[in-house]
Amino acid sequence: MSLLKIKNLKTYFHTRAGTNRAVDDVSFSINKGEIVGVVGESGSGKSVTCHTLLGLLPQPPARVEGGTVTFDGGELLTLSHLRLREIRGKRISMIFQDPMSCLNPYLKIIDQVTEPILIHEHVSRQTAEARAIEMMKKVGIRDAELRAHSYPHEFSGGMRQRVMIAMALVTKPDLLLADEPTTALDVTVQARILKILHDLKDDLGIAVLFVTHDLGVVADIADRVVVMYRGKIVEQGNTRDIFEKPSHPYVKGLLACRPTLETQYQTLPTVDDFLQSEVGADGSFILSERTDAKKRLAGLQKQLKCEISDKDIPTTLLQVKDLKVHFHSGGGFLGKPRRTIKAVDGVDLTIAKGQTLGLVGESGCGKTTLGRAILRLQESKSGSVLYDENELTSLNRSEMLGFRKRMQIIFQDPYASLNPRQTIEQTLIEPMLVHKIGSNHSERRDRIVSLLEEVGLGSNFLLRYPHEFSGGQRQRISVARALAVEPEFIVCDECVSAMDVSVQAQVLNLLRELQQKRNLTYLFISHDLSVVKFMSDDMIVMKNGQVMESGNAEEIYKNPRSEYTRELLDAIPKSTLSG
Amino acid sequence: MLRFLIGRVLQGFLVLFALYTITFFLAKAMPGEPFTSEKNISAETKANIRKLYGLDKPIWEQYIVYPKNIITEGSFGISTSKGRPVIDIIAQSFPNSLMLGLCALGFAIGIGVPIGILSAVRKNSWIDWSCMAVAMIGICIPSFTIGPLLQIYVAAHIPGLKVAGWGNWEDILLPAFTLGLVSAAYLARLTRGGILEVLSQDFVRTAHAKGVSPTQVILKHTLRGGLLPAVAYLGPAFAALISGSFIVETIFQVPGMGQHFVNAATTRDEFLLLGLSLFFGLLIVVMNLLADLLTGLLDPRMRQSGGTD
Repeated sequence: MSLLKIKNLKTYFHTRAGTNRAVDDVSFSINKGEIVGVVGESGSGKSVTCHTLLGLLPQPPARVEGGTVTFDGGELLTLSHLRLREIRGKRISMIFQDPMSCLNPYLKIIDQVTEPILIHEHVSRQTAEARAIEMMKKVGIRDAELRAHSYPHEFSGGMRQRVMIAMALVTKPDLLLADEPTTALDVTVQARILKILHDLKDDLGIAVLFVTHDLGVVADIADRVVVMYRGKIVEQGNTRDIFEKPSHPYVKGLLACRPTLETQYQTLPTVDDFLQSEVGADGSFILSERTDAKKRLAGLQKQLKCEISDKDIPTTLLQVKDLKVHFHSGGGFLGKPRRTIKAVDGVDLTIAKGQTLGLVGESGCGKTTLGRAILRLQESKSGSVLYDENELTSLNRSEMLGFRKRMQIIFQDPYASLNPRQTIEQTLIEPMLVHKIGSNHSERRDRIVSLLEEVGLGSNFLLRYPHEFSGGQRQRISVARALAVEPEFIVCDECVSAMDVSVQAQVLNLLRELQQKRNLTYLFISHDLSVVKFMSDDMIVMKNGQVMESGNAEEIYKNPRSEYTRELLDAIPKSTLSG
Repeated sequence: MLRFLIGRVLQGFLVLFALYTITFFLAKAMPGEPFTSEKNISAETKANIRKLYGLDKPIWEQYIVYPKNIITEGSFGISTSKGRPVIDIIAQSFPNSLMLGLCALGFAIGIGVPIGILSAVRKNSWIDWSCMAVAMIGICIPSFTIGPLLQIYVAAHIPGLKVAGWGNWEDILLPAFTLGLVSAAYLARLTRGGILEVLSQDFVRTAHAKGVSPTQVILKHTLRGGLLPAVAYLGPAFAALISGSFIVETIFQVPGMGQHFVNAATTRDEFLLLGLSLFFGLLIVVMNLLADLLTGLLDPRMRQSGGTD
């Protein structure tokens, strides 16, 4: 008998703008001791499904419109608040995406981990604390007795997620709902957390509903997979079956569009290569496979990465030597003694004209600081940055301005990096005005229109504001803004990290296409090794502000020389089961 | 912790010294002198009086002598209008203002915080709307309106309550209420905002997912963070409440410190003015320090930057 059975579940959001069918007729089940992965991009309804089970959605605007959820023989959706509270945290626990914000910053770890026990079981505080510490040890928190009495901000992201898991499992629930539990973490940390979850599942015999946008993660951990798209389940089945012979075009697209270490395409396939959607008479979507999908793929296959040897001998555009950026904390009036953080600690790198240098590393390794220091958005302590044979570090503001036109940056978060109070036109015209490009307004406007077309947006977007666009569209606008001054060098700082894989593929394709067309040079910063490999000619691996390894990207992936690179490569979730 | 405290105390002295400097030169820049409006006195007598108070010395010397006397003799000068040591005037009137302020603060917290919590929990309901409307009115109506209204409609009808006066414990109720009303209204709004802010955070959802009851979610998980804005406001507000309000103390005939602030300015009593200003500044500095310590107590993340280990 299945532990949890969801049947025809419908959760809608009723807002002034209309009704959003977030979860639309979803049915699946989970057996005891099983891990089921629910996969989908943002807005697919995967998290909403998860939250509906425990009644955690704000109502209104959310409303369960129909369906049943049977848990261990009883109906969940019609339970009173009181009865539901008896299940929450006792029989069904939940862990969330962002361990930074999901723990209460005002309470000690021990108080938060013991809380579920004290609420649901009549045991003494001592017993509860002993059990909490035991569970914290089980999820790999060292010196648990000591650390239990600290506060969340004294823990790293990975450690906080372990605390979350300990807190969820301390009551030995039957079912764990895991809502993107590793998305906010580095790959090596993610690999450790996944292993902990997998081991504990066997150890405690719990079932896990694992919600994620990353098919690769699911392949590693789930017994079965449910793929959701726009509120509906498009395919479900055994993990192996889904990965080896997906039947739905969306799933095929999803599997294909994620760059892997084996990807040899010049251009990534996107979901649109497989799937076409039409709006039906009742306003719902009808999804069907493209008849020409095979032909499209074959077309992509032909454009294998062209060898570098075809090109002329590249000339060096940027050369960085022994660059150091240090930050100081403390040292205020009678404050703590100054502490120096060596964010970038003696980095050398060279980028040839028209090529891409990939820069990988985990959060806090100094890769973003390095990118900013090269553009002098961050002053460096020492070292040299030679751009086209000019030393940038000694230039003053006005001398630097000329180089700002030639060097641009695209940031990670397309939501935060566009001014919400400027229209797209204003956003794109501003850099042109600064660098005196175009003689009058209509000339500049014409340039903007052609820029927007180049990044795949229409000119009818000119007068709109950023909030009216999706994440992928905003990042296209950011690309257009960088291109507005016709630069030759662009720093892409984690510019696809916040995106769904299908959107990521589109933006990556755009960046490559632009590179070819305009002979651009990229410094491509990312924590995702597969993406970096897809984009780069050469690459460097950074850790703690220092370069661990550098060289030809292809070579590094085949024969990683440093221990750290090997660790990073091993931590990547496999996208295929064959490996 | 100790390092933090020492730093803040030194910072406080700097603030007080800056305050002294500004007040001193502003007082000197005021037209006229302490004795210009007095009765007709001979130039000789006037010069003697000026000498008595040390006003005949060069301005720079006066600027240095005043703080020197504070440190060496604990003397804040002698009031030129009252002829008594400034410190005595403060010692006599401050306890009354302090009592009044403490009661006002009690009213403010006792009324404001619960209303704020209630409003936040019942967000966008009629309870919320009406609480916030009342709070807005509380902020808008000046105390010289509320005071007389209370005198006419409350004091006159309830036996035992006097319209004005000072001496029995019940005399404190009406002025304290009048004085605390504005703070109560601000506190209600700040508490509501603070709690709503915390309620929207992810960890509140975590608490619900653990099966924590709604009451406990508020009391245990939300209140500490939600009260932070109110605490930050309370520091300076408390200093203002206990240092006396001229209007409220005048309406209800409370022999507090408020009247002296106004009198010192109108009579050009510069020693009283300096003494009161420094005293008020000291209160603000101390209360802000207390508010910061309380913030650190509520929010463990603040302790780190405060310098604890």
